[in-house]
Amino acid sequence: MLNTNGVPDKALIKTKFPDEKYLIKPLAITECYEKIPCNPCSTSCPFDAIYIGEDINTAPIVDFEKCTGCGICVYNCPGLAIFIVQKLNEENARFKIPYELRPLPIKGETWSGVNRAGEIITKVLIEKVSLTNRHDRTALIQVLVPLEYINDFVTIRRQI
Amino acid sequence: MRIKEHPILKFEEKKKLSFFFDGKEVYGYEGDTVASALHALGVKVLSHSIELHRPRGFYCAIGNCSSCMMIVDGKPNVKTCVTQLLENMVVKTQVNKGDIYEAN
Amino acid sequence: MKQIDLVIIGGGPAGLSAAKMAAESGLASLIVERNFNVGGQLVKQTHMFFGSEKQYAKTRGIDIAKILVDDVLKFPDLIEIMTDTSVVGLYKDKVVTLLQKEKYIKVKTNAIIIATGASEKVLAFENNDLPGIYGAGAVQTLMNVHGVLPGNDVVMVGSGNIGLIVSYQLIQAGVNVKCVLEAASTIGGYKVHASKLKRLGVDILTSHSIKKAIGKNYLEKIVIGKLDDKWKFIEGTEEEIEVDSLCISVGLSPLSNLLSMIGVDMKYVSTLGGLVPLIDKNHETSIKNIFVAGDVCGVEEASSAIVEGYLTGLVVAEKLGFKHPNYDELYLDFKDQLHNLRSGPFGEKLRLGLQEIMR
Repeated sequence: MLNTNGVPDKALIKTKFPDEKYLIKPLAITECYEKIPCNPCSTSCPFDAIYIGEDINTAPIVDFEKCTGCGICVYNCPGLAIFIVQKLNEENARFKIPYELRPLPIKGETWSGVNRAGEIITKVLIEKVSLTNRHDRTALIQVLVPLEYINDFVTIRRQI
Repeated sequence: MRIKEHPILKFEEKKKLSFFFDGKEVYGYEGDTVASALHALGVKVLSHSIELHRPRGFYCAIGNCSSCMMIVDGKPNVKTCVTQLLENMVVKTQVNKGDIYEAN
Repeated sequence: MKQIDLVIIGGGPAGLSAAKMAAESGLASLIVERNFNVGGQLVKQTHMFFGSEKQYAKTRGIDIAKILVDDVLKFPDLIEIMTDTSVVGLYKDKVVTLLQKEKYIKVKTNAIIIATGASEKVLAFENNDLPGIYGAGAVQTLMNVHGVLPGNDVVMVGSGNIGLIVSYQLIQAGVNVKCVLEAASTIGGYKVHASKLKRLGVDILTSHSIKKAIGKNYLEKIVIGKLDDKWKFIEGTEEEIEVDSLCISVGLSPLSNLLSMIGVDMKYVSTLGGLVPLIDKNHETSIKNIFVAGDVCGVEEASSAIVEGYLTGLVVAEKLGFKHPNYDELYLDFKDQLHNLRSGPFGEKLRLGLQEIMR
């Protein structure tokens, strides 16, 4: 339960995912379930695809038609609560996630894929690591994840 | 223990400062407080409670709680968490209320 | 005796923004800061802030500190900053006495803004005074300002935003966070912070607290236990955890000692963190021309402290005859920003608390 251990349950997660037909293109999933005073995802979106409105306590709503999956909101979210997901084919999904730990992964490496409970669920391939000035020290990591974990994968962990 | 690599912050190598802790020559770095320098050396016990002489370390690190008071350059009751470390400082563990006549 | 229109006590987010707004209005001020640098507790906040753009949302606290300090430095003729200086006396005729290193200084002023912030609360348990037990903010200072680690294995007590954020920052610094304890049955802070920790493998144990600390000269072990719905330990649920550091994050209380010293009307309001001054809508206390801004009049986020600082600086300047050219517009904007920051469900207790201190 989100309120007692920080893990949202499956039904709650699904509310933030679009209909599967949209996932042929990369889209932002905002895992922001509470009304907290915050709106950088909305103001940083160059495509006007995330709505919050006048009351900054409103939870963000993504317009999946407008969203291009560029990933700008991912590293602008103070709660690190946004990621990009795309269904690539019947085997794999592609994610873009925020990452603020060291060491950074390197393109081509295999890391562990981790779920929302912090458990290792699979192996993932690091496809790209972006960290420039505009990322303001939150790296954007592009990862290839087996499709079956599309609703479970959330972050990466270095394999020991 | 000092942080070497950090995703957000850069800790550049700063000038080494030598100082004395209970008679022994030790080192800290420019920008340290007396308490942070001692902590980096693994010294956690900074003062002692007056009645029961229980060991005390710092609690707040910003000058509120007074549990890090030591004798610095002969002056007792110095809050070491907000005292900048200087070259050749003489830092001693304080075991009583602090006696100004004890200076140096 | 030194003469200055306005003395601002505390060079944190509230004090700095008050000075900026006063200067923009044409009023000169002196910022008195007891630390050797200004910026307050922003200088150790490595995370991105919440809020909206006006309160520098998505900017890291360390960078907000730089912005606020740079803003103040743009007014070298109007804003004087005295660091390493403590206020030792505060008198009703607006005389402030200061101690800068070994020097005693008297200042006569027309108005005072007290923006002293808050301090971390302690928690009562056996051996809570052992070295190795720190306030969560203290560990943040040690790590993020001085680059020194508190230890290898840490347990955090308290799952409010500070406890959750500092736990994350401990991990970023390379420390093993064994778990977060929360006495209440639900997590206190924003769930986005909780989820961020959980996915890194840190358990947040609700209905749990620390029973005692064990160690000879410093902390070696803690005993934790499960709590019933009346926050009493359930027998037989004790568990020992080996740690070298323990962080306490059970809230902040306003640093209101100077307000008591000058004798303004105060009230104990638990939802605001403790003893706070009664204020009017412009942050003026029961004594004329003594104002407050930031956590000292109710513990909130730094974003609110910044806006309260702007508001108070603006109002004080106007009262002393220096009306900002955009006064009306700014006044409404600051009020609106504060309303927006506080209007969500997380602001509910705060809103009730603030009603209690309105005079």
